[in-house]
Amino acid sequence: MRSITMVQKLGKVLTNTRRFSSANSISSKPINLFSAINQALDLALDTDPRSYIFGEDVRFGGVFRCTMGLADKYGKHRVFNTPLCEQGIVGFGIGLAAMGNRAIAEIQFADYIFPAFDQIVNEAAKFRYRSGNQFNCGGLTVRAPYGAVGHGGHYHSQSPEAFFCHVPGLKVVIPRGPKQAKGLLLSCIRDPNPIVFFEPKWLYRLAVEEVPEDDYMFPLSQAEVIREGSDITLVGWGAQLQVMEQACVDAAQEGISCELIDLRTLVPWDKETVEASVRKTGRLLVSHEAPITGGFGAEISASIVERCFLRLEAPIARVCGLDTPFPLVFEPFYMPTKNKILDAIKATVNY
Amino acid sequence: MASLLSRFRAAHHLIRRLSERRAVPLNLNQNPTSNLLPLSSSPVPATFNGVWNQNSHSMSTETQGGLQHPDICTDQVLDFPGGPVLLTSEMSFISESARQRTSCYRVLDDDGLPVTDKSFQEVGKELALNMYSNMVTLQIMDTIFYEAQRQGRISFYLTSIGEEAINIASAAALTIHDVIFPQYREPGILLWRGFTLQEFANQCFGNKDDYGKGRQMPIHYGSRSLNYFTVSSTIATQIPNAVGAAYSLKMDNKQACTVTYFGDGATSEGDFHGALNFAAVTEVPVLFICRNNGWAISTPTSEQFRSDGVVVKGPAYGIRSIRVDGNDALAVYHAVSVAREMAIKESRPILIEALTYRVSHHSTSDDSTKYRPVEEIEHWRTVRDPTSRFRKWLDRNGWWTDKEESELRSEVRKKVLHAIQAAERQEKPSVADLFTDTMPAFPPPANDIGDGDAASTPQILC
Ligand SMILES: Cc1ncc(C[n+]2csc(CCOP(=O)(O)OP(=O)(O)O)c2C)c(N)n1
Ligand SMILES: [Mg+2]
Repeated sequence: MRSITMVQKLGKVLTNTRRFSSANSISSKPINLFSAINQALDLALDTDPRSYIFGEDVRFGGVFRCTMGLADKYGKHRVFNTPLCEQGIVGFGIGLAAMGNRAIAEIQFADYIFPAFDQIVNEAAKFRYRSGNQFNCGGLTVRAPYGAVGHGGHYHSQSPEAFFCHVPGLKVVIPRGPKQAKGLLLSCIRDPNPIVFFEPKWLYRLAVEEVPEDDYMFPLSQAEVIREGSDITLVGWGAQLQVMEQACVDAAQEGISCELIDLRTLVPWDKETVEASVRKTGRLLVSHEAPITGGFGAEISASIVERCFLRLEAPIARVCGLDTPFPLVFEPFYMPTKNKILDAIKATVNY
Repeated sequence: MASLLSRFRAAHHLIRRLSERRAVPLNLNQNPTSNLLPLSSSPVPATFNGVWNQNSHSMSTETQGGLQHPDICTDQVLDFPGGPVLLTSEMSFISESARQRTSCYRVLDDDGLPVTDKSFQEVGKELALNMYSNMVTLQIMDTIFYEAQRQGRISFYLTSIGEEAINIASAAALTIHDVIFPQYREPGILLWRGFTLQEFANQCFGNKDDYGKGRQMPIHYGSRSLNYFTVSSTIATQIPNAVGAAYSLKMDNKQACTVTYFGDGATSEGDFHGALNFAAVTEVPVLFICRNNGWAISTPTSEQFRSDGVVVKGPAYGIRSIRVDGNDALAVYHAVSVAREMAIKESRPILIEALTYRVSHHSTSDDSTKYRPVEEIEHWRTVRDPTSRFRKWLDRNGWWTDKEESELRSEVRKKVLHAIQAAERQEKPSVADLFTDTMPAFPPPANDIGDGDAASTPQILC
């Protein structure tokens, strides 16, 4: 058994996307989200011979093409198919990670992560703790595509992140686009804790942006202010940020200045950045696709009330999925759409 | 078209080769159900309390369930993924049970007499005495720790009484490089590897010398230096973990395997099935050792599964398997050594079902006389006791005397009592360990805990 240590030297840790872009000297290309994930996985395999990728159908490239070409490049022992059994995939991954490897497990859809829930929650999250730090499975990263896709119904659209946020010992990370996905995924793979990494599947092909070709990482547990504003703070993650950004643009036309924050890491989350923003704006709106009740927005809301009660000028708004199973033909009604967000922005500002 | 034809020829050829290899080819035409039971056959009894007849301790390592087929009708073949399949016009269902239960490998009978004339070379005097004294130590430790719980000195305990042979003999057949993923009734492996009575006691008392820092209930041992992963209460989760770890050993070309232990109850969990399947497909060196002790708390195996125990599940996953008398230390030792060799040399999983009995209550929270007859417990505690059976064999070899026995027992007793007293006196772990070794989702307050101003108290900062 070897212990996993943080391999900082492998990739630059970028603290801020914008600063990086402006000081851009490294070549970058416009690519979509699945290609960015693919680049991260390629780098992970390339920089650490003790890294492995496995899951259902990953050998031919995965149903979302994220592992394309990797088995050919690194061999079928490092990139391999597993039987169709999620608890097996994560259970196997924990054992592999516990022997000092980086085990990168793919769950084909976040909707199907539940058979592995016990292994993730009871084993991965507590592995180090319950052994008194004699053993750990910190090399484990579980990747899973999550969220709406326009036609997925309730078994190809769910956002189960809140279940995992309730478990000390796990980190939960969700990127908003290709460049973030590459840098955050590399951080997750190299972080010495078990991590669940949810990928916004709607954006796999749709989102295209300039992504540096080299090895870089974004720090975990650091939120990013992606749009500055003074009237209200908006907090979200993953695919929802695109919707929120549009709402910010529309609000600006009506004279409302919104500050938009990408939380990036849900656990342990960056309370300070959110708090500093709310202290400035005095208002907060949280938005996520998952059902509103017990969603991670509730946690953010409660924490900010604790910290900023006297500064708040309106109740915290939550614009989230409905408390129903994820629908099929009525998906647009379920979703926290731009207009719902815009209405909530106006209601909060005019409270 | 040409490729289809050549695939067909290949299948044809394989069928011929296989039929030549079989010593007694079955002829489906004469007896179309020769390896099948008529549907009216009576089911196999679900308990294993009968006597097992095994008059040889020779071991066969031939895989079970190879392709069976006649040496005729070879043109009636379906080329199918996994290999050619014979076609037949006879409709017959595979029986839900074999005509006979899988036999059980044994070396010593209940009186410690070898069941064949062949002398058993594998275990010599020194090893035998070492095994025996560990079995006795385990029994004494269990008895005294159990008492300590009854006296309220520790919160919980669970013994391995009746399963000392599986514990110690399997451990003796492994090397320290073999990585253990235990359930919870296998402390004997740790004992064999050198975990001291003091270390056991420290864990049970959750004191500051407990490697687990007082975080888990008693009996949840773990030792990195002894390659023994920390026990988890969650039944069966360790089984797929062992498969992933075995994959690592294989990739590193280590001359070692992983070994995972579990009960009969654990085999009903999905983790067990997933793990066997993963191990077969990934071809990793892992030993699955099932302690079939007849009970999962109050649930008898007849309410756990309807198969002929656990051993028959192996071949269904493509795993070589053996059933062994779990109360026969020599049989367990021999089966595990051979299984280990095969697992490592051939990089393959092996399933071992050890038939035994949980003589103790499930744990200190259980009274098993509420659900099983006292006579059954007594029978296994006396007639079938693995430790005294092994002792009889030692006696026959002239390797052990009553005097040595009483010296050993009083010495172990003294050590256990001393370990308990020392562990009891030791301080509890630091309260700071409440927060360590888990990634701090919500970082601990800067202030000392308990002074009332923790981060959970709403702070008005603006
Ligand atoms: C997943 C899970 N379900 C239920 C339990 C409660 N439980 C603890 S031990 C046990 C019985 C296990 O029986 P078996 O696997 O045969 O092991 P044995 O106790 O006989 O050694 C049960 C149901 C548990 N620990 N984990
Ligand atoms: Mg049992």
